[in-house]
Amino acid sequence: MISDLWLHPALILLLGGLLLPLIPAQLRKAYLIVIPLLTFIRIVALTKGVYGEVTVAQFTLTFGRVDELSQVFGYIMGLMAILGTLYGLHVQRTAEHMAAWTYVAGSIGAIFAGDLLTLFLFWEVMAFSSVFLVWFRGREQSLATGYRYLLVHVAGGVSLLAGIVLHYHATGSLAFNLFNVSHAGLADWLILIGFLVNAAVPPLHAWLPDAYGEATFNGSVFMCAFTTKTAVYALIRGFAGMEILIALGVIMALYGVVYAVLENDCRRLLAYHIISQVGYMVAGVGLGTELAINGAVAHAFAHILYKGLLFMGCGSVLYMTGKSKFTELGGLYPKMPWTFLFTLIGGLSISAFPLFSGFVSKSMIVSAGFESHKLWVGFLLMLASAGTFLHTGLKVPYFIWFGKNNCAKQTWDRAGEPTWNMMAAMGVTAFLCIFIGCYTPYLYRMLPYQNAATEYAAVVYSSYHVSETLQILLFTALGFFLLIKKLQPEAKISLDLDWPYRKGGQAFLWLASKPIQAIDTAVGEIYRVGGLVPLMASSRLAAVFDGKVIDGVVDGLAGSVKRLGERLRTSQRGALQENLTMAFGVGAVIVVAFVLFF
Amino acid sequence: MKLLSLIEFFRRNLRTTVKVCLAVLVLLVIADAIPALVDKHHAHTKVEHLPGFWSVFGFLACVLIVIASKAFGHAGIMTREDYYDK
Repeated sequence: MISDLWLHPALILLLGGLLLPLIPAQLRKAYLIVIPLLTFIRIVALTKGVYGEVTVAQFTLTFGRVDELSQVFGYIMGLMAILGTLYGLHVQRTAEHMAAWTYVAGSIGAIFAGDLLTLFLFWEVMAFSSVFLVWFRGREQSLATGYRYLLVHVAGGVSLLAGIVLHYHATGSLAFNLFNVSHAGLADWLILIGFLVNAAVPPLHAWLPDAYGEATFNGSVFMCAFTTKTAVYALIRGFAGMEILIALGVIMALYGVVYAVLENDCRRLLAYHIISQVGYMVAGVGLGTELAINGAVAHAFAHILYKGLLFMGCGSVLYMTGKSKFTELGGLYPKMPWTFLFTLIGGLSISAFPLFSGFVSKSMIVSAGFESHKLWVGFLLMLASAGTFLHTGLKVPYFIWFGKNNCAKQTWDRAGEPTWNMMAAMGVTAFLCIFIGCYTPYLYRMLPYQNAATEYAAVVYSSYHVSETLQILLFTALGFFLLIKKLQPEAKISLDLDWPYRKGGQAFLWLASKPIQAIDTAVGEIYRVGGLVPLMASSRLAAVFDGKVIDGVVDGLAGSVKRLGERLRTSQRGALQENLTMAFGVGAVIVVAFVLFF
Repeated sequence: MKLLSLIEFFRRNLRTTVKVCLAVLVLLVIADAIPALVDKHHAHTKVEHLPGFWSVFGFLACVLIVIASKAFGHAGIMTREDYYDK
């Protein structure tokens, strides 16, 4: 049933991950570089067309739709797989590499998917493999965070699947193309909600800072790149020009900025800025003009690199010192000057400083807002730009590497530049951030609308544009240093919209425990009154029975439940997780292989 | 290490560094007012033709974001770190 033999780039990563445990230790590092490199080369070598069409029952699945849009997204995902793996090259736990690669494979699979079922399949692969990057942190709270992450993504997945089923029922087609954006029906809305969960659009966003702040030092480097940007791709493909996305995008851009002011954990701060930056892309998708779509694509591309770089920088601090809160860091510049420089380059890129990558991508979306005569979009996105520089460009570097030294002696002693591979990954990513900003044709030639891109390339470095940006950013810096007292980090957390399901769970437990306890007390009381007064004579026997037999059984039962629980908890943190990753990886390969070759 | 000595050079000469930075800010606004240097025909709105419009915008944006966010945070959004544990 297979139309032609076509090697899916995701398959290289999936199979490569499965073979990883068999690779001898001395070849391991080379292997870890070669597999993502081969995947990247395979993506670059793809030519436009439709490949890997498979008919299962009455459905035609399309695994390889290669066009302008999927090519540029595939390219950056492949590139980031190399950089992320290089950054975590020294990580010994094999399952962590396997989880990361399966996750990237899910993302690449979703990007090249030509139909909704294939998209859904890879969409779920992403959620179920990335959760391990949170669990592998191994802290007590990692497990709970991971489950919350799954809870949200499974809910989003259910919405997506329900939408797909309704869409198929109504249209008889599973093709993944532009939906009815002007008169969206229930099916379209359900699919949109599924996409919006992964794009972390408020109020469906709280999973993102929760999970990305808790993941392993290199897990976050992967996570920050793939989930939200795959969702941006899906939104471009399915909902370009949908009005409501403009407002949602602008809200996101500002929402992330507000929470970033309050945040004390540097990686959670970066996570809130993902929401803010993805807001630009979502607004671009909503605007839907050629310039806006180019902007959304270019910004996703640039964002993956600079946000990866920022998470690498803060991940290095976490890896070396064990700390990620501003109130436990500070003054580290003599210990890790190069990490500082790389993080600063990431900060300048996200802030859209001229000559850095964000400048050539973000400005496209803002210009598209102004050109569509939606002045409020342009001005509010400019406002968010000031906030971006304020936090990621200034607050993060200042309060980690300068500012008040809050380091405990142990933190200070441990601090230092990270391993060579982490430095190399940061160096290459930093180079790319500057390269994209200085040599615009590299990125612009990959954009889906070439005419609009060429037109914009002529004006991106116009004197007005540069003057406008420099004024906003440098005067924001002035404000930062004048208000620095107000910006001192506080050892607090901020409540966000994960409150209902975090506190809701506790309320459920309270409800479950309190009435049960009340019944238990009441029964005890009846037993005491009813048993004590009329049956005084036999009470001694009953007491003995109660004391020795019942209590013994109950205590023993409680004891063994507790012991079982503890054993389960430790095994879940250790071997069980690795086994699950393995099982999941095997399952994913079997499913893909099955539909491809049979 | 050269990078470290560069950072320390700026820190030793902090007053001069600050003065140079402030001079850059002033130059930026002056340049914005000279049409030969900054061609404003790409501007989208009338207000943008005012010299130094984006400087004022940037500064006010920064102040607004900090003050509004902190007020929001202190209105009950920020809470103790073990809030979810109890």
